[in-house]
Amino acid sequence: MPPQLKTLLPLLAVFICLFLVARHFLIPESFGKYGHYRANSLDEIAAIPIHYAGKSVCVDCHDTEAALLASDAHSGLSCEICHGPGAKHVDDPENNKLEKPGSKESCGRCHSINAARRTEVIHQIDIKTHNAERVNCIDCHNPHAVWEMKE
Amino acid sequence: MEHLYEILKHVDGYIYPNEIELQWGILIVLYPYITGLVAGAFILASLERVFKVKVLRPTYHLALLTALAFLIVAGLPLVSHLGHPFRSYEILTTPQGGSAMAIFGFVYLWYLMVVLLLEIWFDYRHDLVLWANESKGIKRRIYKILTLGVTDISPKALAWDEKLGYIITVIGIPSAFLLHGYVGFIFGSIKANPWWSTVMMPVIFLLSAMVSGIALVMFLYMVISWIRKVKIDMACLDEIGKFLFMVLILDFTLESLDQVHRIYEAEESFEILHMLVTGKLTYTLFIFQGIMGTIIPLLILGFFRIHLPKEKLRTPMYFLASCLVLFGVFFMRWNVVIGGQLFSKSFLGFTSFKLGMVGLEGFWMALIWMIMPFLILSFILWLVPPWKKHAENKV
Amino acid sequence: MGNERVNETRRNFLRKSAVLAGTILASSASQPFTAMIFAANQPDKSKPWYAIGIDIEKCIGCGMCAKACKSENDVPKDPFYYRSWVEQYTIKNDGTVSVMSPNGGIDGFMQTVPEEEIFKTFFVPKMCNHCYKSPCVQVCPVGATFESPEGVVLVDKEYCIGCRYCIQACPYGCRYLNPATETADKCTLCYHRLKKGLNPACFEVCPTGARIYGDLNDKDDKIHKFLKDHNTQVLKPNLNTGSKLFYNGLSSEVR
Repeated sequence: MPPQLKTLLPLLAVFICLFLVARHFLIPESFGKYGHYRANSLDEIAAIPIHYAGKSVCVDCHDTEAALLASDAHSGLSCEICHGPGAKHVDDPENNKLEKPGSKESCGRCHSINAARRTEVIHQIDIKTHNAERVNCIDCHNPHAVWEMKE
Repeated sequence: MEHLYEILKHVDGYIYPNEIELQWGILIVLYPYITGLVAGAFILASLERVFKVKVLRPTYHLALLTALAFLIVAGLPLVSHLGHPFRSYEILTTPQGGSAMAIFGFVYLWYLMVVLLLEIWFDYRHDLVLWANESKGIKRRIYKILTLGVTDISPKALAWDEKLGYIITVIGIPSAFLLHGYVGFIFGSIKANPWWSTVMMPVIFLLSAMVSGIALVMFLYMVISWIRKVKIDMACLDEIGKFLFMVLILDFTLESLDQVHRIYEAEESFEILHMLVTGKLTYTLFIFQGIMGTIIPLLILGFFRIHLPKEKLRTPMYFLASCLVLFGVFFMRWNVVIGGQLFSKSFLGFTSFKLGMVGLEGFWMALIWMIMPFLILSFILWLVPPWKKHAENKV
Repeated sequence: MGNERVNETRRNFLRKSAVLAGTILASSASQPFTAMIFAANQPDKSKPWYAIGIDIEKCIGCGMCAKACKSENDVPKDPFYYRSWVEQYTIKNDGTVSVMSPNGGIDGFMQTVPEEEIFKTFFVPKMCNHCYKSPCVQVCPVGATFESPEGVVLVDKEYCIGCRYCIQACPYGCRYLNPATETADKCTLCYHRLKKGLNPACFEVCPTGARIYGDLNDKDDKIHKFLKDHNTQVLKPNLNTGSKLFYNGLSSEVR
């Protein structure tokens, strides 16, 4: 064997061994369990805290509002659509109050006239002309019983 | 992120909301450019060694050392662009087999260590042993280490150097194709992006790599000869010019074919790509890459095929041609990488790109990455100068 | 004599080729081409396999889905990073198509084009399609993005190196680089909520039921009713991404 190979081949062998050893220590243990990825990441992602509690949780405490809502046009809606994410409120109701929107701007998000909205899907009004002097829809409409006018 | 608010004002038409920021910037333009120079310089060197084009001998060692200097730098812009550069070892430990990018680590290592370093070592070993004996102090120690302890310089051992070096060069040619071809495949295999997705992409990348590598060796040979105040071997330069001309024609033909095909088929993405090419890429594609980087060098080198003017005129013309080609190929990479991200995948609009001056992805940093290989090359040429090789090896 | 020998060799060659071809054909029928090239998991029958249905006829463009998504998942509030967004397509009487998505639709939509000029207009909610032949999973060099056993495409932010290749590979523009983690990021189908038996945020807050999701492995799941009752389409079907986001009412202008 030529002198070059007598030095190069062992060098190559050493390099490959070092690489395999390093690889063994560097690859995370859960890697490859379900596929070419770190299986532990599934648990890590699953452990992310939630912000929205979900309607069924709201209903547990707020049964009066829920009962009123159940026979209303808004019955299919989740509470958190208007009131915002409620998970923190569930954990500590007193210190994490949710908002109670009712302005034309916030109701208008769904109900303002827009040609792209189908009238059979959503009731639309021109928020500029409908009771122009009012700012809040909830002055007249109970959001949980929208056709029961307050005045 | 403030620059993104600025870009938001320049959005033209409709883009998907996530597309405002260009994901790959100047560093990703640099990487294929630099590896292309490596592959091209190596192919030129192998023309001499394997295909026995003897007249190129004066540039053989220079081409190899240039390839080495550029390869050392090649991976750096890439790693610095990553969100988590310290996790980049993952490409070596858990490469995902379906990804063209995954082979980067191994191809790079293979090419650096097995092909380039070994070939240079086999070529220089004899001289390293002799230089070790002739030098003193640190230089002596460096040469001794570089010999890896293999100090046998009997004719039999030298014959092995020659033989093993030849084998490595032969292996090196497909390796060079792989080193740069896979970069083309990285772009060519993205079906989501019609500017990138073409079967021709690896071929185009490889051919423009060869063009740029040959031009680089031509450029460096002239500059170094001028610095060393030695006469340029015009036969060698003419031969390099001839190869540059032929590969440039091939490159231009295939790139044009790709575009003609795109224009003819005019499938869904055609309208937005047409707007891209005639709008945002007008300067960089037609003027920088096309006229300056391809047509003018073709005219110069083509003219030389018909009539060779005096050396006094030829040399500056070769210099101009090589500079223009290097300039043009950079913009070819620019047009592919940046151009491919300027239009929305909705085919309904454009975002815009502004190259910042400062920061890791800025102009100055890019300039540093481009200058570094020349500095490294200077060091290498000082350490293992091809012109100081002993008579038996030098031509 | 020479001819006979050649004929014998040719016959043998043809026979061997036929056997070989027949075997290949037969074995390909017994194990259908499962596309080993692109990233495709066979759905695990013991787990749910999630898909999404969006009914464009029901979407009113309120943008609550996009808003809730950013809240639930702590997505940076700047207008460059969206896991889910809503687009409005307006086709005018003169034939021009314009699309807009102001802040991803998070603040809702205002009608800007006068009614008399409008030929047709509608909203299109967008989100990750959780493709089962996902090109984004295919290109990740290190295995940081993957399809979970439940068919949800996720990113492992502890492993992602931030090379941005997956962002380039997604044909639907669903991915972005999260500036806080410097890793690729995208809709996770609120995997953290699914695992707790909760609805993903965007489905929870949709007021009209335009967005539904479900388990393709469960034949009683509402997603099957959606697929059966509607003529559904996916975006960019020619790219063969295995998209599991099915639209009802997808007009030909939508990209």
